[in-house]
Amino acid sequence: MSTETLVELFEHGLDAPICLTWELTYACNLACVHCLSSSGRRDPGELSTAECKAVIDTLERMQVFYVNIGGGEPTVRPDFWELVDYATAHHVGVKFSTNGVRIDEAVARRLAASDYVDVQISLDGATAEVNDAVRGRGSHAMAIRAMEHLAAAGFRGFKISVVVTRQNAGQLDEFKALADRYGAQLRLTRLRPSGRGADVWDELHPTARQQRELYDWLCAHGEQVLTGDSFFHLAAYGEALPGLNMCGAGRVVCLIDPVGDVYACPFAIHENFLAGNVRAGGGFEAVWRDSALFAELRGPSAGGACGSCQFYDSCRGGCMAAKFFTGLPLDGPDPECVRGFGEQALAGQALAGADRTALPRPGLDHSHRGPVRGQARRGQAPRPVPVTIGRRPVPAPPDRACDINPLAGFAAGGTR
Amino acid sequence: MVNPGGLFDLDRPWRLDERVAVRPEPFGALLYHFGTRRLSFLKNQTMLAVVRSLGDHPSARAACAAAGVPPAGLPAYERGLATLAGSHMISPREAA
Repeated sequence: MSTETLVELFEHGLDAPICLTWELTYACNLACVHCLSSSGRRDPGELSTAECKAVIDTLERMQVFYVNIGGGEPTVRPDFWELVDYATAHHVGVKFSTNGVRIDEAVARRLAASDYVDVQISLDGATAEVNDAVRGRGSHAMAIRAMEHLAAAGFRGFKISVVVTRQNAGQLDEFKALADRYGAQLRLTRLRPSGRGADVWDELHPTARQQRELYDWLCAHGEQVLTGDSFFHLAAYGEALPGLNMCGAGRVVCLIDPVGDVYACPFAIHENFLAGNVRAGGGFEAVWRDSALFAELRGPSAGGACGSCQFYDSCRGGCMAAKFFTGLPLDGPDPECVRGFGEQALAGQALAGADRTALPRPGLDHSHRGPVRGQARRGQAPRPVPVTIGRRPVPAPPDRACDINPLAGFAAGGTR
Repeated sequence: MVNPGGLFDLDRPWRLDERVAVRPEPFGALLYHFGTRRLSFLKNQTMLAVVRSLGDHPSARAACAAAGVPPAGLPAYERGLATLAGSHMISPREAA
């Protein structure tokens, strides 16, 4: 067998992505405070039904096994089910993320009947109080209703997807119990300072102590709980969590956004991470194979400031998107470095009086402009969270795109 | 399946599960099972040849020999096949 590890092989990139995230629309019925893609309003330039089908044809040719469809809220696209059927008929499996708004009894029965469609219900609090503070009033009840329909229809093993925050980090056992009750599988992912998440990251990201408790909890639950490989920066605590524990950006994962732009990863909607557009000549295949950005991401990476750290081989410097949007150098520590180097770097910037307005901003913002049911108006919103700490100013954005992680739902040799 | 001793039965006929898609890659191949929604890897081209030809041979041992696996290398392939059987990527087939 090969002497190189899989991680080493994957770092050179694959002929086609393993995990492709495809956000079908920026339209959303909710206005979650931490939305990665700053969704809300549909973009007039979104791919048409025919263009989406052409992308699916390409994915079939490239043998992309499945796509993670998200948004926005993908099910509000009028052609959503048509595209799901088209994908599965063309041997491209679909896992879609939803807040549950369209999962009624009939839809649940239809989903339960297909091997090729998987559903992921987003929920960011085990209780309505915690969830709705982030996702909007009524969103907990909506998600629970969807889960009840799926369970009643006999859909086993759908996913309950939770972004771990300071407010829900104490509810892990409750989330697990909820998943068990509905015959679902729990999936925990990391809060990224991407999209609107950049505005609330300071108050929502788990404390150092919570991170440690999360790590211990994940170790205790092993492969029963999925993480999308999103907590690989915690591997520096000791034993690696299940998964590849590498940044897959441009190597094994990427994002196609609603207007066809291809980014290195779902957490990096910014021009520095933009590889091309599926509407260009060679389509998605040419972007994946020929983009200069992806070629750079697949090249060797040095550890930079982290290179001399004894834990670098475990955490690989953490998540590039998290560094980028908090204004940290891409070759330095992750803002949530378990040894505290990220916090030190952020504190150092604050002390140096760096200008917060120089923080890189997401490239696109489709946030609702007016009030959304269940959410206070943006900009004047009472913060959903009581804790408020000082804003960190930051230096100019790094000029080089780099590895970001999210092997969405992926574990080496095993589950996704 | 995998016998109680944890070893793989090299001498019975096997086949790739029909719900598994195989995608060749420079290092070997990726396997994806649409039923279990699990992913696996084949770390080299020989393993890929073995897995793809399982259904054409009377035993896994014969498939390994046909793919050029030397006797000394067989235990590693046996372990790999046992892992694939454990995750239902390959399954026992009735002898023709």
